Amino acid sequence: MIKMNMLQAVNNALITAMEADERAMVFGEDVGHFGGVFRATSNLQEKFGRDRCFNTPLTEQGILGFANGLASQGSIPIAEIQFSDYIFPAFDQIVNETSKWRYRSGGQFSCGTLTIRTPYGGGIAGGHYHSQSPEAFFAHIPGMKIVIPRNPYQAKGLLLASIRDDNPVLFMEPKRLYRASVGEVPEEDYELALGKAEVVKQGTDITLLAWGAQMEIIEKAAEMAEKEGISCEIIDLRSLLPWDADTICESVIKTGRLLVNHEAPLTGGFASEIAATVQDRCFLHLESPISRVCGLDTPYPLAHEKEYMPDHLKTYEAIKRSVNF
Amino acid sequence: MKDRNHLADIAMSRNVDIIENGLIDIPMLQILQPDGTIHKESTVPDLSKEKANKILETMHFIRVLDERMVAAQRQGRISFYLACTGEEASIIGSAAALEPQDMIMSQYREQGALAYRGYTTAQFMDQMFSNENDPNKGRQMPIHYGDKALNFMTISSPLGTQIPQASGYAYGQKMAGQSAITICYFGEGAASEGDFHAGLNMAAVLNCPAIFFCRNNGYAISTPSEEQFAGDGIASRGIGYGVKTIRVDGNDTLAVYAATQKAREIALEKNCPVLIEAMTYRLAAHSTSDDPSGYRSKDEEERWRQKDPVARFEKWLDSKGWFNQAEVKSYIEDTRQSVLKEVKRAEKVPICKIDELIEDVYDVPPWHLQQQLFDLKAHIAKYPDAYPKTSGRITHD
Repeated sequence: MIKMNMLQAVNNALITAMEADERAMVFGEDVGHFGGVFRATSNLQEKFGRDRCFNTPLTEQGILGFANGLASQGSIPIAEIQFSDYIFPAFDQIVNETSKWRYRSGGQFSCGTLTIRTPYGGGIAGGHYHSQSPEAFFAHIPGMKIVIPRNPYQAKGLLLASIRDDNPVLFMEPKRLYRASVGEVPEEDYELALGKAEVVKQGTDITLLAWGAQMEIIEKAAEMAEKEGISCEIIDLRSLLPWDADTICESVIKTGRLLVNHEAPLTGGFASEIAATVQDRCFLHLESPISRVCGLDTPYPLAHEKEYMPDHLKTYEAIKRSVNF
Repeated sequence: MKDRNHLADIAMSRNVDIIENGLIDIPMLQILQPDGTIHKESTVPDLSKEKANKILETMHFIRVLDERMVAAQRQGRISFYLACTGEEASIIGSAAALEPQDMIMSQYREQGALAYRGYTTAQFMDQMFSNENDPNKGRQMPIHYGDKALNFMTISSPLGTQIPQASGYAYGQKMAGQSAITICYFGEGAASEGDFHAGLNMAAVLNCPAIFFCRNNGYAISTPSEEQFAGDGIASRGIGYGVKTIRVDGNDTLAVYAATQKAREIALEKNCPVLIEAMTYRLAAHSTSDDPSGYRSKDEEERWRQKDPVARFEKWLDSKGWFNQAEVKSYIEDTRQSVLKEVKRAEKVPICKIDELIEDVYDVPPWHLQQQLFDLKAHIAKYPDAYPKTSGRITHD
């Protein structure tokens, strides 16, 4: 075990993957010698050469188009989109190409080896275009997997599993945790299962569900609620597509209440999908309406970032409303 | 022209000289003249009698296929078709200059390249009738072929997406140490998509052994090329991206063959992309959903019919003593019969069982797809008459 921050854990996972399989290649804007704007790809070019870790021209649609071709050829592309706010020029390649490749060819070809890494989320004074959480757009794409880690240990294990999974994976990294989240990470190669949520803390009165950087928010809110005698079960969803409805529903059947927290805007957010499924499966077990504590339906603001965010206080209030319903 | 970044020496000029007409007008390679004779200054590419006849045979196969399938669509037997009449020299002439290990990433009008590789009449029909023999499992509209064994990437409808993909595929071939390249076909209309610019630039910067083959056939559905772009066609853009480029007469099989052969050699030896712009004409409608009389004149079509690439190639074969009119006639007749026979066979083959609906979305169907299939099967079982293609073959787990 070594103490690492999330960036170091991502970097360590990339090194592990590239050492284990010479077909693995890392590319994107500024990822080469410079090591990426966040330094997630530091030293990869020095270690593995310019053919396997390289800068691309500044074209997200090009990066994803190139990555799709490379994946279908049998290489293992690990493409970086510098900020998830800038992934949209590549949306067509992801929606119409990456995710449909296997299906449209009857399994003759696929982009299964592709992993797209991209930092997402707010809390870094990034305004509209360095703060968004666009996961729900991608959760609407059959054929994609979406994975989001909450700490360095999770980041390494989930990233390695994403790279090796035989399906295209969008791996979204909560950038406000890049340096803020520090923890023990095994030096050896390990993987954490995709599609599985993790019950981080057992509780009996309400289930709190989040992913990525919002995990520490619901944990903080839970601490406040516990002081008032409310026992919170805390779950990290980890994979948004496919998502682990069994674990969530099992918890809700036990607690009778569910709160989902995400940074992305409320309307059409992934919490809506979770709420719909949970009410369908757990209707008679629910003691109160499913609560969504989310970003506002505004563009991500700059000066009002603090007010916009679904923080621990908003979460704490929602917990109390749910329990006192 | 040099590769030049902003730090390199740039020659100075002292006047406000705004470049108005470009520095060069790109010429067009023509070897075989419209009358079927070789241009006196041209070198004929090394093309064996056997290969030349395979090219001609494929041209006639495709003419028959196009004619019969447009008719089949008119009769309501298939939903859609897209002919390549007029562009046979561009498509088949280029495919003939490749090696079987080269990947073909096509747009959707390159059935001639697939036929040249050996795709059979039966395979064409199974795809077009979306039946259970189709390797794509009936999931895409007619003409969206794909065949792994023949190194022909499955076609997708969105235009231009295959261009940056070809760069990536070629990069992978290079990294794997293969003696193979990728050819990427597209039209002059698709070259307006952002993916064209992204793909060519990436191929140039990342040294990808790919041939970008533009069929400049004059129209994108109804939009003529003069409303598609200003400037010296698509070829001029290759030069802007630092991509080795050639423009050829797309109705001249020998010019297309020679250019593609040379492009392949350069791509492989120098690990770089080459752009070929083939000047041709889509004599066919865009698709069976299109009627060209709404946007172009019969006179214009007739002028291009005079430049028919197949007739031109036949004249050359004839001059070599390699052309047998009677044999070609009987080949065409045999092909018509076999296409008709395969239409009748393929339309009777059932579509895939309902279970295939959720396969290949992922490597293994996840829980939510399994649940949706389970619910769907129960529903179909309840209303079997409403879903006659699948209800008779449902198995419950």
